[in-house]
Amino acid sequence: MDSSQLLGITTFTYLFASFLYIGVLVFRNNKLGSIATGFTAIALLIQTIGLVLRWIESYRLGFGHAPFTNMYESVVFFAWMIIIIYLGIEWKFKTRTIGAFAVPISFLAMSYASFAPLDRGINPLVPALQSNWLLAHVVTCFVGYAAFAIAAALGIMYLAKSSAPAPAADKGSKEVLPSLRVLDDMIHKSMIFGFIWLSGGIITGAIWANSAWGTYWSWDPKETWSLITWFVYAITLHARYTRGIHGKTIAWLSLIGFIAVIFTYYGVNFLLSGLHSYGSN
Amino acid sequence: MYKNNSVWRLFASVKLALVTLVLIAGTSIIGTVVPQNEAIEWYAGKYGPEISQLIAILDISDMYGSWWFLGLIYLLCINLVICSIDRFPGVWKQIQADGLSFGEERLGKMSNRLSWEVKSSATQVSSRLEERLSGKGWKAKRKTTEEGILLFGQKGAWTRTGVYFVHASILVIFLGAVIGAIGGFKGFVMLPEKQVTDKIGLYGGGLLDLGFAVRCNSFSIDFYANGMPKDYTSSLTVIENGQEILTKTIEVNDPLTYKGITFYQSSYEPYQDFVITVKNPRNGAEKFFTVPFQKQVNWPEEGLRFGVINAKMRDQSLVSSKIWFTDDKGSPTTVWADDGAQTTVKREAGEYLISAKQMYATGLQVAKDPGVWWVYLGCGLMMFGLYVAFFMSHRRIWLLITETEEGAQILFAGSANKNRPGFESSFVELTEQLRDQ
Repeated sequence: MDSSQLLGITTFTYLFASFLYIGVLVFRNNKLGSIATGFTAIALLIQTIGLVLRWIESYRLGFGHAPFTNMYESVVFFAWMIIIIYLGIEWKFKTRTIGAFAVPISFLAMSYASFAPLDRGINPLVPALQSNWLLAHVVTCFVGYAAFAIAAALGIMYLAKSSAPAPAADKGSKEVLPSLRVLDDMIHKSMIFGFIWLSGGIITGAIWANSAWGTYWSWDPKETWSLITWFVYAITLHARYTRGIHGKTIAWLSLIGFIAVIFTYYGVNFLLSGLHSYGSN
Repeated sequence: MYKNNSVWRLFASVKLALVTLVLIAGTSIIGTVVPQNEAIEWYAGKYGPEISQLIAILDISDMYGSWWFLGLIYLLCINLVICSIDRFPGVWKQIQADGLSFGEERLGKMSNRLSWEVKSSATQVSSRLEERLSGKGWKAKRKTTEEGILLFGQKGAWTRTGVYFVHASILVIFLGAVIGAIGGFKGFVMLPEKQVTDKIGLYGGGLLDLGFAVRCNSFSIDFYANGMPKDYTSSLTVIENGQEILTKTIEVNDPLTYKGITFYQSSYEPYQDFVITVKNPRNGAEKFFTVPFQKQVNWPEEGLRFGVINAKMRDQSLVSSKIWFTDDKGSPTTVWADDGAQTTVKREAGEYLISAKQMYATGLQVAKDPGVWWVYLGCGLMMFGLYVAFFMSHRRIWLLITETEEGAQILFAGSANKNRPGFESSFVELTEQLRDQ
């Protein structure tokens, strides 16, 4: 069995887990919830083995590098990171309903990785990428991206819940989604978490650029967009801290921030040119 | 007082910071869409005369160095400084605040509070509680007031300064950038193999005297089996006052630094010429020659003539070359040798060792940046400050012990400036430990 087969199985398991989580939301069935968590954990395990195997395969090919060096590998890693952070939240906040919004993002990322016209081969590294900073830079950035993805998923939940009519009280049904207050707090916390990791990602990138080219900042489009993204979240955190913005405004800002993340991550590689162009194949 | 001045209030406001951040973020997009550092004619050709004029007026061709963009950055800095000066005294007051001045009325309003009664006397119970607190890492201060005995402990008062570490870190990074811009330079040199230079071309224009010389001993390029470049390496030697100071083989991500000036492997240029190295093992004589393709060269001291008469190339890189060699005793020898590989040529007089490699020039990015350590310091400070600002909090607890007829009543109260749910659960835990008799 090779890594690409395992990652293929992962894609479908995330799809199945997504349906289960949506089922939890629709049928309000807690037993279904445990099964959903179980399948997600199994998919994560398979994906982890797949990533490790891909790493090993690259050594067998004679060059050997962490599996984060092209668009395909980075999308797989992004999906992996989202699930890790999501399962952490599920465990910490004891709620499964976020899964119906977060796991599908991972599934979409994995199916994009599996079916889009991307180079899925394991290629050796060009000289510029042969650095120990590769691992630190990619991991810090993607923990940040994944946290922002979760914040956006929470933002969608918030908007969905706040626009839905209040459930009839006589049904006596348990609240399925976390309360608006809890969601608001979770969005805020995910943003803070992502912000710290994005800061780390920008800093490791700057140090790496300096050791490779003698310039820690060159206003390359990728750098500039990562800074724009950083500003969007900095503005949001300041506005919340000093002006007390919350609720729908924070939910919308989590989506705007995530659009900036997606543009930094994906849009820049395809629409603009620059140092990170190797990511576009 | 100056703090009520409307200009001061404007610069101290977070509103201005938000507006400035939005403007910086928004305008930054321009430079990612409009290509930078092109000639004005290029913009005129692409966008038409009117827009290219606007580009010239607003300095869009170098927008991140333009007066208005730098102006926004300066505005942000001033805002950061004044906002911090404005707010810091208040924060300092909270850090210094005397918890022992709190009375029952204030403690009774705190959201985390609990009271219970004990049979022992106030003095006895207070020393027992003090001991328990110190066992849990709370060093309590004590004061006897009209209401009773007050114990006060706090943790992480300094963490209230976390956000100021972040703000200061941004200023330190900008300071580093300014130091780099004033005291540093960036340039480039294309240095052919075997050549020495003590000057480099600056990106801003002009030549810079390094104060020492650098020689490129050799350049080589390696490929993977699929044809992708694997390594660019240059062997460089620093020469100062005629002395060879140090030699290092640099590659991308592994530069050479001497006297604060760093040489980065950046690019290369293949030539049509060859570097032929010949060695006579019998007398130890060795010499290299730069030889154009299909031209012969003489080494009169050894009575030798040689050249490259044919070559196999892949893309622009030499795979192997056919060397023609003679000492004018007998017919010339021809031999195929891989790029840079040493081969033995047998002549009547004895053997010669010879190698031919394609000649390259190595492209070196040359930079000096005395501000970079300030930038790194700022980055470290930022990560530290963010951690403190978001994950650490100032936690305070009070125990007010009042004498009653049967013993003593204890009022336990606590507050935290951040992460209140987290504090709440540790408050409950602490309550259980304090009540446990």
